[in-house]
Amino acid sequence: MARAVSTSRKTFNTAIAGLLGFVMFFPVLWIVILSFKSEFDAIRSPLAILTSGWTLESYGAVQARSDYFKHFTNSVVISVGSTFLGLLIAVPAAWSMAFVPAKRTRGVLMWMLSTKMLPPVGVLVPIYLIFRDLGILDTNLGLVIVLMLMNLPIIIWMLYTYFREIPGEILEAARMDGASLRDEVLYVLTPMAVPGIASTVLLNIILAWNEAFWTLNLTAARAAPLTAFIASYSSPEGLFYAKLSAASVMAIAPILIMGWFSQKQLVRGLTFGAVK
Amino acid sequence: MATKASRSAARLMISPAVILLLGWMLIPLGMTLYFSFLRYNLIIPGNHPFVGWENYHWFVTDPSFNAAMINTLLLVGGVLLITVLGGIGFALLLDQPMWGQGVIRIMVIAPFFVMPTVSALVWKNMFMNPVNGFFGHIAHGLGLPPIDFFSQIPLLSIVLIVSWQWLPFATLILFTALQSLDQEQLEAAEMDGARFGSRFAFIVLPHLARAITVVILIQTIFLLSIFAEILVTTNGGPGTATTNLTYLIYVSSLLQYDVGMGSAGGVIAIILANIVAIFLMRMIGKNLDA
Repeated sequence: MARAVSTSRKTFNTAIAGLLGFVMFFPVLWIVILSFKSEFDAIRSPLAILTSGWTLESYGAVQARSDYFKHFTNSVVISVGSTFLGLLIAVPAAWSMAFVPAKRTRGVLMWMLSTKMLPPVGVLVPIYLIFRDLGILDTNLGLVIVLMLMNLPIIIWMLYTYFREIPGEILEAARMDGASLRDEVLYVLTPMAVPGIASTVLLNIILAWNEAFWTLNLTAARAAPLTAFIASYSSPEGLFYAKLSAASVMAIAPILIMGWFSQKQLVRGLTFGAVK
Repeated sequence: MATKASRSAARLMISPAVILLLGWMLIPLGMTLYFSFLRYNLIIPGNHPFVGWENYHWFVTDPSFNAAMINTLLLVGGVLLITVLGGIGFALLLDQPMWGQGVIRIMVIAPFFVMPTVSALVWKNMFMNPVNGFFGHIAHGLGLPPIDFFSQIPLLSIVLIVSWQWLPFATLILFTALQSLDQEQLEAAEMDGARFGSRFAFIVLPHLARAITVVILIQTIFLLSIFAEILVTTNGGPGTATTNLTYLIYVSSLLQYDVGMGSAGGVIAIILANIVAIFLMRMIGKNLDA
């Protein structure tokens, strides 16, 4: 039974939570505001900033000065590419572990998870040298490979937990009716698994988009995604608050929107099913 | 029943993933281990003689190693303290009846989706800059001397930035766990006269214990590898005030080109992370059986 809650109590809760939520969100809101100001206004006092005029000039300047959309495209290629390449490898693996479990399945799953626990810096030197020798330093291909391997355990785990919720009897029925393995995966499993696959894709694009160890260490000018491009603002020349804000807003907006849709999957994906 | 054919098909389907992950783990790991015993610097040509434990010796006895270990500990510990306590608070608050709960939750969670380089630079410039930053202007308005965050309290500044990024994660997970709490149990306790304090201590907290452990372990894994936030704000300085183990290894490997030394540091980082990972894996493994 839900209890009746007094209106004043509810108002009080809303006020406190709203205030704290606003404080958490404020930095994001603030850069959105700054991004529409001139460089001159952006470094003034908060009150002067709020009352000053609005302009779109920073958005234009970011693109004109630094070829913003090249970096944006790199981010898209790297995050989407690594996610779908990972999916291609993970779907069969998760399928077989969920529906044809063997004695070793549990061990294999745990081992896959353990590869995710490896600190990236522990393999920085070899990966850097291998990439240098293969000539894929500072290329999108190189980053797609690294981020795919980094997120593969998460992709497999998430798919596995979703696949396990699909009743196996349905697959058996399809098999009885003479469906081949290919038909089974294509026409029976895939439609039922699409929601799970979609959330897996969403979460992994977010993780890859925001990944900031390999993208910073393995790229220079050519393949730098937004994480590395924004980092170049750490050594500024002259006035740059408004431009940094504009570049930041464009870099985080797509992911903020995707993130809001995937709150629930985030918990499942990042705790490997330990909290649902 | 799985047939023999489907079993071998299953093995075939899982093998690409296993082979890739095995390669991803073993090849670089083996190389790191191997390099860590060589005198190998990229800017010094010639062969790379085997030098035994020399790299480890120099890495560990370097004064910046001690600083880096302490900084790593303070960084991980500080962020965990803030995010776990704050996360419990936020989760309890969001669980109360209110209007617009969905919107408020979105505002709380938003920082998690901001890429590390953006959040670090935004905090560094727009908020913590003593002259032009938000806090500087507030201090100025109040007639107080502004805090120069990155020279007066560099490590604490980074702890604050990273906590802002990770508080949403803790909140989200603890809030999810809180929602599976049996409300009737709470009501019964309330009717029996249990005050908020004791309801929290004897019902809510034990229920959250598992989720809290998961938050601590997963965050520790990620926090040990904090890198971008340090790179774009302080470059590990002033001095070694904000150099953590990850950053120290980066400096040896990619700035000083010392492959041997960087690899020795890498091995140490792997061992540290594994100690945490063992506990985490045990927790997750238990859940797999259930």
